[in-house]
Amino acid sequence: MVELVDVINVGLFAATLRMATPIAYGSLGGIFSERVGVVNIGLEGMMLTGAFTGVAVSFFSGSPWLGVVAAVLIGGLLGLLHGAITVKFAGDQVVSGTGINIFALGFTAYMSQVFWGSRGASESVQGLPVISIPFLKDIPIIGDIIGTHTPLVYIMIIITVISYIVLFKTPLGLRIRAVGERPDAADTAGINVFKTKYLCVVISGMLAGLGGVFLSLGHLSLFAWGMTGGRGFIALAAMIFGKWMPFGAFGASLMFGFADALQMRLQALGLLPPQIILTIPYVLTVAVLAGIVGRAVPPSNYKPYVKE
Amino acid sequence: MTEQKKKLNLQVGRLFRRFLSELKAAVPKIVPQAIAIALAFVVGAVTLILTGYSPLEAYAAMLTGAFGDTFGIGQTFTQATPIIFTALAFLFAYKCGLFNIGAEGQFLFGAFVAAVIGISFSGLPSFLHVPLALLAGALAGGMWGFIPAVLKARLGAHEVITTMMLSYVALYVTSYMVNYPFKAPGWVAQTVPIAPSAELPRILPPTQLSASILIAFLLAGLTRYTLCRTTIGYEVRAIGLSPSVAESGGISIRKGIILALTISGAMAGLGGAGEVLGVHYRFIEGFSPGYGWDGLAVALVGGLNPAGILLASVLFGALRSGGMTMTRTMHIPLDIVSILQALVILFVAAPKLIKYLLKKGGVKWWNL
Repeated sequence: MVELVDVINVGLFAATLRMATPIAYGSLGGIFSERVGVVNIGLEGMMLTGAFTGVAVSFFSGSPWLGVVAAVLIGGLLGLLHGAITVKFAGDQVVSGTGINIFALGFTAYMSQVFWGSRGASESVQGLPVISIPFLKDIPIIGDIIGTHTPLVYIMIIITVISYIVLFKTPLGLRIRAVGERPDAADTAGINVFKTKYLCVVISGMLAGLGGVFLSLGHLSLFAWGMTGGRGFIALAAMIFGKWMPFGAFGASLMFGFADALQMRLQALGLLPPQIILTIPYVLTVAVLAGIVGRAVPPSNYKPYVKE
Repeated sequence: MTEQKKKLNLQVGRLFRRFLSELKAAVPKIVPQAIAIALAFVVGAVTLILTGYSPLEAYAAMLTGAFGDTFGIGQTFTQATPIIFTALAFLFAYKCGLFNIGAEGQFLFGAFVAAVIGISFSGLPSFLHVPLALLAGALAGGMWGFIPAVLKARLGAHEVITTMMLSYVALYVTSYMVNYPFKAPGWVAQTVPIAPSAELPRILPPTQLSASILIAFLLAGLTRYTLCRTTIGYEVRAIGLSPSVAESGGISIRKGIILALTISGAMAGLGGAGEVLGVHYRFIEGFSPGYGWDGLAVALVGGLNPAGILLASVLFGALRSGGMTMTRTMHIPLDIVSILQALVILFVAAPKLIKYLLKKGGVKWWNL
C-alpha cells in the first residue's frame, strides 16, 4: 500500500525545484526573445543541443564546467542562426524555429552515434557537483528543499533576478522592450533595431543552452536521445502563463517542475503504467494554456522589421 | 468532321499553351527551392566529411537505393505516401494562418484507431471494412486537431504549443495501448494483425507500395479544389491572409479556425490509417520515423501548394528509402536524413537568404 507521504514529501519539493530549473532557463530565454519581437519556437532544439554539447565536451575534456561553457556558446550560436534567418532575412519565425528543432534532434542523434556508437544514450560523464549553501541547508524543511543543489539551480535564480532588473530597470531593457513593441518608433529614436534583436535572440539561445546542460550534466550526467522531451515548449507555456515577466515565468516553471517531479515520483512507485504518467506535464501544459483565457496578450509586434 | 477536328486541334493547342505558361510561371518558384535543397546537401556533405564519411559515396548510395531499381522506386513512393498526407495537413492549417506542428500525433492516433477497427470486425466485406477503417482513422486524427482548434478559437491557446504537447500525449497514449490493452502476444509492442478484409491492396509487389498513394493523390486534388473553388476554402484562405479583413467581410474566424485545424488533423489521421491498412497491417510502436515532421518540410519545400507537395514528397520519400540503403551499406547513422531535412527547412525559411547568397556569389538571376 502506497502512503500519501511516499508521494508528497520534502524530496518531491526538492525535485520540483530541480525540474523547474531547465524550464525556467528556457522561459527566460523565451522572454528575452519575445520581448524584442522574435518568437523562439527553437528553444527546444537549442536546449537539446546544449544538453548534448555539454556532455560531449565533458566527455572529451573531463571538465563539466567546460561543458557548461560550450553549451552556452552553442546555444548562442543557434540563437544567432535564428536571428540571421528571422531578423536579417525576414524569414518566418515559426518555420525557422521548427527547423532548428528538427536539426537539433537529428544532429544530436547523429553525433551520439559518431561519438559513442549509440543512438539511445551517451556514456556516463563527469557531471556537475552539488553544493550546499551554509546556514540555509540547516533550516529544517526549507533547508532540505533548497539547501543542496547543483550550482546551476542557484545560477538560475540569480539570472531570473538579473533578467528582471535588466529588462525593467535599465536603459538597455527599455530599448529592448521598445524594439519589441514599436520597432519603427525605436528606430526613429536612434536605437539600432537589428543589433538589439540579434543581442536578445543570442541571449535567448544561451539561456536555453544552460537549461539543456542542466538536464544532462546537472541531472543525469549523460545525454539521452530527445532528452528535453518538449521542455522547450513547456517553457514557452510558462513564459505565457507568467505574462512574459521573469518572476511570473519562474512561478509557472515551479508549477511545471512540480508536475514533472510528481510524474517521476509516481513512475518510481509503479502505480500506473509509465506511459499514462508521462502525459501529466503535457496535459497540464495544455490545460494551463487553455485556462488563461484572454489574459495572455503578447508584449511585442512579431512582424519582421524592415527598415524603410 | 474537319470542323470537329479543327475544334479539337484548337483545344489541344490551348491546353498545351496553358501548360507551357504554367510551367513558365512555376520556374521562379522552383528555382529557389532547388537552390535551398542543393545548399542543404552541401552543408550535409560537410557534416559527413567532418565525421569521417565520404559524401559522394553516401549520396550515391542514397540515389541508387532510392531510384536504382523497381524495388527502390517502389519503396521511395511507399515512403512518400504518408508524407503527402502530413504535408497536406500542414498546408491546410497554414492557409488559415495556423501552424499545426502536431501532425505526428494526429497521424499516430489515426493509425491506431484504424488498426483497432481493422482488428475488431471480421467477416465484413472489404468494400465496407476498408472505408470504415479509413474513416475512423480520419475521425481520430480530426479529433486530435479539433481539441487544439477549439482551445485556440474559444480560449486563445497558442496552437503551436498545444498541438506539440498533444502530439506527445498521442505518442504516449498509443504506446500505452499497444503495451497493455491491445498488445499482441510476443516481445514487440504491437497490435495483432488486422483482418484481411481491412487491408488496402498492394499495387507494386514485392514493394510495400499500397493503394494509399492513390488516396494521397486524390486528397491532393481535393485539397486544391477545396482551397481554390469552394466557400470553405475561400474563407480559410481569407482568414489566413488577414483575420480582421475576413471578419469584416462576415466570415466567422472561430468557425474557420476550428474547421481548418480539424480537417488538417483528419488528413494526417487518414495518412496514419493508410500506413496501417496498406503497409504494416498492424500498429507497431514507433513505426513512424517522423512522418509528421517530414510533412512540414515537404509542404514548405513544395511551395505551399498541393502540386508542389506531390513533387517534394518524392524527394523526401527518396531521402527516407535511400537513407535506409545508405545506412545498411555504409553504416552512416540514418539521422543524417533529419539533418538534411532540417537544413532544407532552414534554407527555405528565408528566401532572402538565398537571394543574398546568390548575389554574394556573383550569380545574377532574372527575377529572384
